Amino acid sequence: MKKTLAFTLLFAGALGAVASAQAVDIRARFMAANCAYCHGPDGKSRGAIPSLAGLEKAYFVEQMKAFRDGTRPATVMQKHAMGYTDAEYEAMGAWFAAIK
Amino acid sequence: MAFDRRDFLKVSAGVAGAASLGTLAGCAGTGDAPAVANARPKIVIVGAGFGGSTCARYLKLWEPKIEVTVIEPNSVFTSCPFSNTVLEGINNMEDITFAYDNIKKVVDNWVQDTVTGIDTARRTVKTAGGKTFAYDRLVLAGGIELLFDKVQGYNEETQKTIMHAWKAGPQTATLRKQLEAMPDGGTFVMSVPMAPYRCPPGPYERSCTVASYFKKAKPKSKIIILDGNPDIASKKGLFLAAWKKHFGFGTANSMIDYRPNNMPRSVDPKKMMVGTEFDDVKGDVINVVPPMRAAAICEMAGVRTDSSGTWCPIDFRTFESLTVKNVHILGDSTLTNFPKSGSVANNTAKMAASAIVEMVNGREPDAAPVVTNTCYSATGQGTAFHVATVFRYQAAKKADDGKVTPASMVAQKGGGVSKEESELEFAYMDAWAKNVWADTLGLPDTYNFTIKG
Repeated sequence: MKKTLAFTLLFAGALGAVASAQAVDIRARFMAANCAYCHGPDGKSRGAIPSLAGLEKAYFVEQMKAFRDGTRPATVMQKHAMGYTDAEYEAMGAWFAAIK
Repeated sequence: MAFDRRDFLKVSAGVAGAASLGTLAGCAGTGDAPAVANARPKIVIVGAGFGGSTCARYLKLWEPKIEVTVIEPNSVFTSCPFSNTVLEGINNMEDITFAYDNIKKVVDNWVQDTVTGIDTARRTVKTAGGKTFAYDRLVLAGGIELLFDKVQGYNEETQKTIMHAWKAGPQTATLRKQLEAMPDGGTFVMSVPMAPYRCPPGPYERSCTVASYFKKAKPKSKIIILDGNPDIASKKGLFLAAWKKHFGFGTANSMIDYRPNNMPRSVDPKKMMVGTEFDDVKGDVINVVPPMRAAAICEMAGVRTDSSGTWCPIDFRTFESLTVKNVHILGDSTLTNFPKSGSVANNTAKMAASAIVEMVNGREPDAAPVVTNTCYSATGQGTAFHVATVFRYQAAKKADDGKVTPASMVAQKGGGVSKEESELEFAYMDAWAKNVWADTLGLPDTYNFTIKG
């Protein structure tokens, strides 16, 4: 444990600049990657399932809410929408909106 | 120690600190020393299925400085998902087989070889080809090991006649040939292993796609399902409905004869017989999937450490072994409450990749990740259905009485299965396959998929 701490301090010192420069929202990045096995890598679908890349954030969030409350009928998507929070819809929406 | 000198030199050339050199040379000593985060952390991934390939691709995507080595014995990727459509005859092996060309370009070292030894103290991996690879973190994505010796008579000779076809590839092609050669009016005997096993709905989907082939080509034929489980283990209502709707299940003319609590205990390829606890069942084509456990490489690393030595317990945030540091396990080999599906292997591989990127940079991984499964099954009749679940991490809790609830991935409310089979869902299943293959293998936008629905 002592060793780990010592290491962490050493490491933080060495690469602190890099760490603090990190601007990527890793949670959003992973949650968006969650969608890829159905919606395609980077939200660019190769089949009948819609792409998510480039969708406007507000539209994405609105659709997720509509899936959750059932106002937009779905096969799979209500089950997914119910598992995420509103804040997570926003984070994923921002992520996909930024993909060109 | 047997460390490849050239590899060492190659590695050390790209490393800055003396501490890093120490670790890479295996001189750091203790196995529980922190992975020395250096200019170029070395991640060795064993196995390039849905888990291993995805992890390799996303590690490089999210942290290019990581040096990724992939060790995979097979020359091509053959997809288990959609392999049941090959048994039906609507797709060929080529349609579910992919070159590793694209993913090879992304990683630093691609090694077609078989791992023969893992030293988690020195952090090295040895291969049959005589090479040794040093790692800072090791990722084991070897899928499953089939336990033929749990079924009497299922020896190497028998395996030439009786297929499991539970690892897509030559086994799938052979089983298709056997089904084609079977006369109309013949009996296909297939088995379902005891849960947990790879691809819970897979055996029942297989019964549907083979029944669909029989319906077209050999309508007098029968399918006997010997299920080790007390009941249909996945998507029960949907499979029962499909069997009734398409294959006369529940009538005197049912093509499908379903027998729960009928685990195959023995096989006899000469008599073409499967023995269960109750009786001997004769078949013209026999397809027995033996019991399974985490891949043999997990044993080499000492991470197959659940109470029965079958699966690998992991930290759900990082997929790192709970017993051996710096060793991560992906996909079917893990002990989790996730279904052992391609989607889960793909998705949790990204979760592990995300955590590894943070860890090698000395940062904390996401403390409460959320991850999903979506899994489609085909009926063979142009329709499909799914199960979908969102899982959220819940940390271990200590109650006032001192009782500890271990950390878990909690299935969220709202998850579950389709209301009914539909053509729309088959179109989605087709899209899912293309997208998960593209995501796993880094296939370009222009990739020409050939699967037919």
